[in-house]
Amino acid sequence: MTAFTPRPRIGATVAIYLALAGVLAVGGAAVAADGGNLFATAHLVDMLTRTSLTGFLAIGMTLVILCRSLDLSVGYTAALSSLVAATTMDGQSGNVPLAVALVLLVSGLIGAANGAIVAFLKVNPFIATLGTGLILKGYLDTEYKGPAGDVPFAFQQALGYTRFAFIPVSTVVMLAVAAAAVWFLRSTRTGHHMYAVGGDVEVARMSGIRTTRVLLTAHVLCGMSAGLAGLLLAARFGTGSAEAYTNLYELDAIAAVVLGGTLLLGGKGGVAGTVAGVAILAVLDTVFNVMQIDPFAKDVLRGVVIIAAVALYARRQLDRTARRPRFAAAAGRAS
Amino acid sequence: MTALLNMRGIDKAFLGVPVLSAVDLTVSRGEVHALVGENGAGKSTLMKILAGVHTADAGTIELDGRAVSFTHPAAAQRAGIASVFQEFNLLPELTVAENVHLGHEPRRRGAIDRRAMHETTAAALADLGVADLSPAAKVGSLSVAHQQITEIAKALSHGADLICMDEPTAALADAEVALLYRLVQRLRERGVAVLYVSHRLREIFDLCDRITILKDGRLVESVATADITPDELVTRMVGRRIEAQFPPRAAGTEPGEVRLRIDGCGNDYVDGIDLEVRAGEIVGLAGLQGSGRTEIAEAVFGITPFTRGTVAVDGRPVRITRPRKAIAAGIALVTEDRKAQGLALRQSVKANARMVLDANARVHSRRRLARIDGILSSLDLVARGGDQEVQYLSGGNQQKVVVAKWLAAEPGVIVLDEPTRGIDVGAKHKLYAVIRSLAAEGLAVLLIASELIEVIGLADRIAVLHDGRIAGELPGGASEQEVMAYATGRRRPQSEGTQAE
Amino acid sequence: MTHVKRLGAALQGAGTVFLLLALVFALILAINPGFFAAPSLMAFLKQAAPLVILAAGQYFVIVSGNFDLSVGALVGAQVVIAARLIDGEESRTVPVMLVMLAFGIGVGLINGLITTVLKVQSFITTLGMLLVLYGAIRLWTGGAPTGALSDAFRTPGRLGIQTPLFQIPWALLIMIGVGAGAIALMRTRFGRILMASGDNELAANRSGARVDTVRTAAFVLSGVSATIAGILIGGFAGVSAQVGEGLEFTVITAVVLGGVALGGGRGTALAAMAGALAIEALFTLFNQMALPATLRPAVQGVIIIAAVAYAARRRIRPALQSTATPS
Ligand SMILES: Nc1ncnc2c1ncn2[C@@H]1O[C@H](COP(=O)(O)OP(=O)(O)OP(=O)(O)O)[C@@H](O)[C@H]1O
Ligand SMILES: [Mg+2]
Repeated sequence: MTAFTPRPRIGATVAIYLALAGVLAVGGAAVAADGGNLFATAHLVDMLTRTSLTGFLAIGMTLVILCRSLDLSVGYTAALSSLVAATTMDGQSGNVPLAVALVLLVSGLIGAANGAIVAFLKVNPFIATLGTGLILKGYLDTEYKGPAGDVPFAFQQALGYTRFAFIPVSTVVMLAVAAAAVWFLRSTRTGHHMYAVGGDVEVARMSGIRTTRVLLTAHVLCGMSAGLAGLLLAARFGTGSAEAYTNLYELDAIAAVVLGGTLLLGGKGGVAGTVAGVAILAVLDTVFNVMQIDPFAKDVLRGVVIIAAVALYARRQLDRTARRPRFAAAAGRAS
Repeated sequence: MTALLNMRGIDKAFLGVPVLSAVDLTVSRGEVHALVGENGAGKSTLMKILAGVHTADAGTIELDGRAVSFTHPAAAQRAGIASVFQEFNLLPELTVAENVHLGHEPRRRGAIDRRAMHETTAAALADLGVADLSPAAKVGSLSVAHQQITEIAKALSHGADLICMDEPTAALADAEVALLYRLVQRLRERGVAVLYVSHRLREIFDLCDRITILKDGRLVESVATADITPDELVTRMVGRRIEAQFPPRAAGTEPGEVRLRIDGCGNDYVDGIDLEVRAGEIVGLAGLQGSGRTEIAEAVFGITPFTRGTVAVDGRPVRITRPRKAIAAGIALVTEDRKAQGLALRQSVKANARMVLDANARVHSRRRLARIDGILSSLDLVARGGDQEVQYLSGGNQQKVVVAKWLAAEPGVIVLDEPTRGIDVGAKHKLYAVIRSLAAEGLAVLLIASELIEVIGLADRIAVLHDGRIAGELPGGASEQEVMAYATGRRRPQSEGTQAE
Repeated sequence: MTHVKRLGAALQGAGTVFLLLALVFALILAINPGFFAAPSLMAFLKQAAPLVILAAGQYFVIVSGNFDLSVGALVGAQVVIAARLIDGEESRTVPVMLVMLAFGIGVGLINGLITTVLKVQSFITTLGMLLVLYGAIRLWTGGAPTGALSDAFRTPGRLGIQTPLFQIPWALLIMIGVGAGAIALMRTRFGRILMASGDNELAANRSGARVDTVRTAAFVLSGVSATIAGILIGGFAGVSAQVGEGLEFTVITAVVLGGVALGGGRGTALAAMAGALAIEALFTLFNQMALPATLRPAVQGVIIIAAVAYAARRRIRPALQSTATPS
């Protein structure tokens, strides 16, 4: 009998972790040359803290991108969630469970709305989620002129600032969510079917997969992960902030997902890679910070690094696809 | 005994255009039932209604005497209907095992059981008699034949009572077709019914117990195979008699100058290829799946160029590294897969037909543009006008658009890779006549076809490939046995002894 | 006869946008009948011209199967470059415009080459370019724009040809020129091949098309359109650090509203530009209604989703209609 082989996807993920190691090494060397130490505790904490926020958003984003969808509204969802959390908690520790539940409900509903517009109304996800983003923006701008609500100190401490050694709690939570997502994609039917829906919706449907359900689930989970990001924002700021959406978190999240080796065209990739993508961005930002690089130069470097990194594996990814010109269904429908 | 399947009065229209009108279909247990008709007759549509992909506008479906109606493929699968669709229905990024179980993955304690998936797939493939296909292989890396086998294994994995197969052999060479024959026989013995769509008459008469004929979306009749001859079947399908299978060669025409000469060429897939095609000559390339026929076509056309040897067109040596260069040299390639490589489906007939002229300044001219309408009508294209989008044409008419787009460029050499794949008898017959007339006009034609009778019937000379090399050359009209002897490697080229490995 | 049919077919996919345009204009008319007097109409068109021009550029990129997210940042960069290089000197106007044109072409070329040669999905390429342009320009000027535009530079965006009754804005004439050019270009061999490449890259390649070249050219056209739009916006509104921010999303929305399929191969330049006009008309309607600024994005979002969903319903082909994202 042929040996049971794990999915070949692992190989690609390893490559991304190697890239992360490379970025760490180069970054460490650059900081060292500058007379600093990238691996000093303070810097490690900074790095890991940075991973958690983008991490939550990117994990959810991975699911929708795997389904060949997209969510450009996560920044607004996160901002709204931070407000829902802070106003519901209203300074009372006793309200925390209710607030968390409410945040997950609201963010899940926003995800469901996105999913429904994409799956049932057949609106291109780029436009659909841009639209829901605008709607949320309108709501936030109208309802909240400034910060609102009050996050109890205990919650701020717990999620925002507590650490195990140099690992912040928020990072631990993010990694736990990532692990759950890895398991979900690998071991549940719905998760597995996300690859099929992203690979080719028609094939997935004809194979008996309820594709709209899968798409809807991905969007709901993506919305909820943005909700978690909103909770984190609330814990960090101590209040809810509508302004948070101006940071264009959604673009960071997409960049992290693609850096992590997930194909923007769907059907290929995974959350393990995304975590590495998030980490690469976090390392870069920390290095820039430590070296006190001009904030504008940071943008330039980020842009260049993102393109360069994706260029490195894009060729490999697409070559394999190009080598099957006779694969009728896939090639014919790809356009 | 009640019939397993009973479809009554099925109507279906797309955008108000009726595709099926009052079609009936009855299939018994253990019966192999052929569904035949011209391109666009509605065979696939009927099958898709049965599979829950489309819903009928009117009519009833009874399965085992119970009325059913499917709104999703999953419902049809649960009811015991599995399908091999005409278009490949696999995900290239997933493994064979994952594809086979797609949509109904086995689970253990709530999680997908990949080991079970792997093992049942291995067992299913062994049961099919396929030894050289690993369940862990990525489907995208497989040959077309292996993909088709994966597709069949996928349909079988449901344990269905009725298996629909829409042109399952279109991508298979004769050896794999034999495999499918055995499989169908075994299904029949197990009492499984098979609904079989094919344009290949031979398969229909070899395999099927009954034949249902559709024409223009209407039922012509349903007859026992024993009660009809192939000629009668064709007449009822097409609505007129079709004479001899292959049009006769124009008498007294001798091949002219050598237009395409391939000398000692090779690349990663083929090697030691020597071939000459003269003006007015049709040279056939025969061989099993994977023997290197398409690879030669793609190399000549610069898709995966030759890395060794020389190619000359009209006596001038050319280095063809890209399709553009091939076109500039006067070579045309009608690719094996018209949807993936031949047509921009959302563009109009006109836009597709002029694509080669538009893309190549060196072949573009007003005169050639002006000829396109004439070319299309000389090919008897049936379309609602030049503005119709190609995606709505039937398979045969799509193929004509591809041929037209190449003829517009007035090539000297035309390579036809499986030009009749998925095309009905009537259209095939016309295409044969077109190929003959191309040669008569002085083109050098290189013809690749899986169906041996096509190569034998059309080609003036046949080069038979085995394992990436030309194993032998035969004159047109050679017997199938002769061709197969070379194709399977039983007979070797005379020069074998002098060739270094 | 056939012309009528062809027009009908052309409108089929794009009908929604013209319907939306008519609807919005009707509402504006209902609220403010005076709007359609020549001067205010001209003012509207003057303001709408940059987005329409950007839509024409974006159309080429989208129809060939890509995205250009860098246009907003490019418009901003061009305005800042103009102010810094001209620095109030009239005589520098034309040379600086040429420099800007070269810059726009260069950015488009880099976008195109990274996407086609390095095979980076255009979403990422142009997102990276957005970051690079955003950062580089601020790095160059130290954060806030410096210098000043010349009067000559501001003429195309601000002024026009005076007729006895009203002024015909230069911006309108430029918009008509660009629009006519885009429509004409799509009828050339280049346009046909661009469209075919967006529909089926492989088939185009097998037909001898230089897919990578035409796609790169599309990015260059987008860069040029951003340059022209930059000149008009700079002239109209002057220099600020925020110029162009978020414009890429507005323009992509406009093009999609025009029935152009993300992913390529479908849609007309005219409808794409009509989409831009519809969005600008919508903004005008909000003004006329005195809708609170904070509420506008929400209304805009609802209308966009509704319009695209409506168009998707009317689109005929369930089988091939996909919600794909272009690469
Ligand atoms: N999804 C669809 N939308 C619109 N028209 C369609 C659709 N599917 C099929 N048609 C049209 O319905 C008719 C019947 O198509 P169908 O695929 O059933 O034919 P067929 O008998 O299977 O032909 P072939 O032998 O070429 O496979 C054709 O005219 C086809 O163009
Ligand atoms: Mg069919």
